Amino acid sequence: METISGILDNKGTPLEKQTFTWKEMAGKPISKLDDDAFTRIRIILMNGVETDALRLKHGIARFNKELRLPLADIRRVEQHQATMINWLIGADHSPLETTVAYEQVAIEVTAAVAQNEPDPYQAQTYRFGLLEDFDHLYRYSAMLDRLEGKDANNILQGYTDIVPGRKTSEHHRHPENDIRDNYEKSSAALITKIHAALITGAEYQTHDYYQTIGPLFADPLARQLYAEIASVEEQHVTQYGSLSDPSESYIEKWLVHEATEVYMYASCAEQETNPRIKAIWERFLDYELGHLNIACEWFKRIEGRDPAEILAGPLPKMVEFKSQREFVRQVLAAEVNLRSSGTQYVDKSQEPQSSLDYRARLNSEGIASNIVSAGYQWAPGGELMGKNF
Amino acid sequence: MATSAKVGTNFTGVQMSPQDTKSLLEAVEEILPDVPGDAKAIKLERVARNEDADRIGSVPVPGSAKGMLKTAFDMVRGKSPEILIDKLGERLAFERSGVRLYEAMIAKAKALEGTESDLVQVLKHIRDEEFEHMNLVRAAIETLGADPTAMTPCADVAGVKALGVLQVLTDPRTNVAQGMGALLTIELEDNAAWELLIELAEAGGHPGIAESFQKAKEQEDDHLIKIKTLIRRDLIVQIK
Repeated sequence: METISGILDNKGTPLEKQTFTWKEMAGKPISKLDDDAFTRIRIILMNGVETDALRLKHGIARFNKELRLPLADIRRVEQHQATMINWLIGADHSPLETTVAYEQVAIEVTAAVAQNEPDPYQAQTYRFGLLEDFDHLYRYSAMLDRLEGKDANNILQGYTDIVPGRKTSEHHRHPENDIRDNYEKSSAALITKIHAALITGAEYQTHDYYQTIGPLFADPLARQLYAEIASVEEQHVTQYGSLSDPSESYIEKWLVHEATEVYMYASCAEQETNPRIKAIWERFLDYELGHLNIACEWFKRIEGRDPAEILAGPLPKMVEFKSQREFVRQVLAAEVNLRSSGTQYVDKSQEPQSSLDYRARLNSEGIASNIVSAGYQWAPGGELMGKNF
Repeated sequence: MATSAKVGTNFTGVQMSPQDTKSLLEAVEEILPDVPGDAKAIKLERVARNEDADRIGSVPVPGSAKGMLKTAFDMVRGKSPEILIDKLGERLAFERSGVRLYEAMIAKAKALEGTESDLVQVLKHIRDEEFEHMNLVRAAIETLGADPTAMTPCADVAGVKALGVLQVLTDPRTNVAQGMGALLTIELEDNAAWELLIELAEAGGHPGIAESFQKAKEQEDDHLIKIKTLIRRDLIVQIK
């Protein structure tokens, strides 16, 4: 696939044929032990994309009566797509193990996006957020080891480093330093718009997941750690959400979101190693082509414009699902001391007082991310396996 | 269908990714922990939180007039009937969950060993006795004027403990040995718990309740032997 508009001739699966049964939605999960970590990464990511599709369409429906039914029709399918995808995660994943997997998604996918992104400011923003999710992985890995006695690398399968990044205790910023400049809808490349929709959706999902499971923990430090990192994820949603142009019409945003879904299912189908899961990605790629075509029809009808205005132009290679270890290390070495000042990135020494004050108050009664990771050094099999008693 | 353990492409260990592991260990050596200290920091915080915590909940005041009098009477005499009521509530919850856990294991055994297998018959027998025990505890709680439908603090905690066992037994991917291992956890606790409950009933001045529990304790001894024997036989046959 080189352009989205090039595949618009393919109408995909008609909406009325996008059907499910409860049994297939709640089908057999993947194996935590025997499936490749990137299969789980794709599953978590695409659940995030689908739940964001629901979120956007609900938002549009609040402001447009005419679109309520067509949006509801598509949302119903998306609800079932999201279910079928999310239910692939097996129950032998503890919530904390799934959390480690979520952070692996954030790291590996954001790193891939940062390298593919043509707009330098947007790419900088992805690298900035990347180092924070990278650090979350280290803190959660320490928590998993010290709470459940488990090795995070059993989930990560060696693809992702378990070391400190930009320290989580320093992620907490005043909201005025979390807003970012946006792309210009008329000049931005389609892939820039897709990246913003993709990463915003992924971070939204992570935020919602932490908000939901944080209270399930008995351990007070785990509860506090989730409170702390969920707050950072809200910052990330704020950050990435502000990358897209607010002057885009809602139908334009709908179109970009459907294009994102097409692009992502195509990326997943291309690289999936589990044949059963690959068949799901291929099936849903056809579903998304159906959704995209419906969005195009409404775009023409309501805005009187050609969807090619939005969807034309070349699309770079698919999102690469592979270990981004070398890139992450380079970014870590070069940019760990970056902070944000308004919409700009500055050295740590220039961080605004507003963020320092905001952070000082939040951190004043103890910092879970520091406590759980004090002196934590990963070893094969976990911290205890690397020690002599 | 889940059967016994088999060799496959398990990706979780470091031996499956030697190059990646080498890179990961290099990173660990180069980028050191940025917070001084060790795992003791968690312990210190947990101590502080334990000191500061509220309790999970309370033992309900018995609702019947007879119960109120009895409780008040025992309280006056320096006894703490709420301890016995709490533990009885725990036993009732445990036995009630136990019936459900055995039902889950019976479904697994039917799928993997056959509907008429010896294993299914043994599991059904134990399930029926767990049900009897639930009713036995209910009767004991009622004789104290307490409410067998209330969830006492120990009953609540018993439910939390049983969650892992429930997850193992209801996961269609687990095999018979894994399911039986989960039931062994239950039976080991159940056995010790009945022993303790009989002692508590006697110490609390309720010899009638203690007496009524003797048969249950003997049946629980039998459950434990049966489960241990079934696990041993199954695995030894496979390993030889």
